[in-house]
Amino acid sequence: MRGPAQSNSSALGALAACSALAWCINAALPPYFSSLFLLIGINALLAVSLNLVNGVAGQFSLGHAGFMALGAYTAAWLSTGPLAALFTGPGISQLGLACTAAAAALVAGLAGWLVGLPSLRLRGDYLAIVTLGFGEIIRVGLLNSDFLGGARGFIGVPPAGGAAWVFGLLALACLACYRVMESSTGRALLSVREDEIAAEALGVDTTRAKVGAFVASAAGAGVAGALFAHLESFIHPSSFNFMKSVEIVVMVVLGGMGSMSGALLAAVLLTALPEALRPLKELTGVDLRMVLYSLSLVLLMLYRPRGLMGRSEAWQLRPFRRRGGGG
Amino acid sequence: MATLLQHLVNGVSLGSIYALIALGYTLVYGILRLINFAHGDLFMLAAYAAIGTCAALGLGDATAASVPVSSWGAFAVVLLASMAAAALAGALVERLAYRPLRGQPRLNLLITAVGVSLLLENGTQALLGANPRRFPELVVDAPAFSLGGASVSTLDCTVLATALALMAGLDFWVHRTRQGRAMRAVSHSHETAALLGIPVDRVIAVTFAVGSALAAAAAVLYGARYPKVDPLMGVMPGLKAFVAAVLGGIGSLRGAVLGAMILGLAETLMAAYGASTWRDALAFGLLIVILLFKPAGLLGTYQREKV
Repeated sequence: MRGPAQSNSSALGALAACSALAWCINAALPPYFSSLFLLIGINALLAVSLNLVNGVAGQFSLGHAGFMALGAYTAAWLSTGPLAALFTGPGISQLGLACTAAAAALVAGLAGWLVGLPSLRLRGDYLAIVTLGFGEIIRVGLLNSDFLGGARGFIGVPPAGGAAWVFGLLALACLACYRVMESSTGRALLSVREDEIAAEALGVDTTRAKVGAFVASAAGAGVAGALFAHLESFIHPSSFNFMKSVEIVVMVVLGGMGSMSGALLAAVLLTALPEALRPLKELTGVDLRMVLYSLSLVLLMLYRPRGLMGRSEAWQLRPFRRRGGGG
Repeated sequence: MATLLQHLVNGVSLGSIYALIALGYTLVYGILRLINFAHGDLFMLAAYAAIGTCAALGLGDATAASVPVSSWGAFAVVLLASMAAAALAGALVERLAYRPLRGQPRLNLLITAVGVSLLLENGTQALLGANPRRFPELVVDAPAFSLGGASVSTLDCTVLATALALMAGLDFWVHRTRQGRAMRAVSHSHETAALLGIPVDRVIAVTFAVGSALAAAAAVLYGARYPKVDPLMGVMPGLKAFVAAVLGGIGSLRGAVLGAMILGLAETLMAAYGASTWRDALAFGLLIVILLFKPAGLLGTYQREKV
């Protein structure tokens, strides 16, 4: 067990590392790499938030992209729509970004609550298909919302954010996740994952625990969506389709379900890998990226179903800890 | 009135195609408790197999401007070839991807199914290209007779007749043959069935093959109705057929057919009266409502979870 003092100091360390990273990305990298790094950060935020539901709580959600879409469109609408004057000066102020990100988290979290409350009574594959369905309904709804650009996409979201925001929020999300996982709430979630009936028998309010995890996870996806919208300036419903949800699920599974550092690692790998594979595409003429994605998902399940990290965290691995890796 | 009747005819025709796919989902779910996400992609592979068969036999001339070949023999040959190919592919998927996971948590199986589905889609895309191909015109789509002002085409008749024949065959197979009895036994309990000397693995493989063959029949009929074949064509029909299976009560054969008919009619009517852009959301909305109020579906039996 790590005491609060120790984890606070490690949090400070993480924050320092993040700001150093942010400075490097802003100042020292060519634009291609800095936008790649920002994308990695956003995907990591998505993976860490989904890990809370799919990994820690053991529920299988296939609709994470839907919540990301809600966050992205909330931020886009707030910063350009009728309320834009509140948030923007000549671009968008830092405070404005904080507000749109918070609003995105709120809207996505609310949607998570609405989706989670009824559907988390379902188990396993039913939950998967219902979350998939909600994700698709959100996407079709956005396609049909004319004031949000509909099928034309949403053009002209004011560019804002940047490395400090992305990695700062990512660090915040990781810290929050870490603190939750070490708390009684986290242990309640783990017990739900291990055996729901036994957890209930021991007095864990399983519905409340699951819905709580779902809301937090959706809010995280909403923030990621807001950052994404301000990074890309153009968003389209098709950016948040079923494939995006699957991509995030693959990150969580590859990292090891329930391992936060695994999710981070997998998000970095899976965002950077396709870019590294670009020469392969030019060589063969076909896009093998998705083939490799799906093949690795199947092979992973067949040969290493626990993912890269299993259920342990980076700091529990042998080089860092004499007691040997857990779970 | 005549238009409404016309929509109903179209809805039943679409519903019977959904029904054939939904039966495959229900069979597999009944025996493995697995949502076979790859089912819709086997449907897609079957459509390509049908195109390949036509090209190999010089039927319907898939490449040049097509001369419709309306002989029933040709249709039957293509149907059977495509069903055989899909049965093989389904059994192969089961053998390579699902069998090694027997006895592991169902979540792993589900993730594998998602992975296999994506692999089939993207593999096909990499091998055959993403450009849509034209499904050869095997059945002439001419008005056959008129039903109270609504015209019923030869295509609708073919779809309905083929679907009914296959459903009757499936019903006979499941309820009247040794294989079917073995399958029902395995779906009750793998362990008990194995103790009684039933070759569980083989029964499961056969179930996959049969389910995939039904999806292949659906693919040939679907291709005749909407002649656009591409690597992602199976996703939406697959998901909707799954919704239909859940709607009727997953694991129940009659429920799957009932659910598919309801879905086919609801979609056609929705597209006809206004909200056609919301068509794809309807199935999922319906699914959510059903799962909230009657999780076992219309004809399913609810099993309480026991410790």
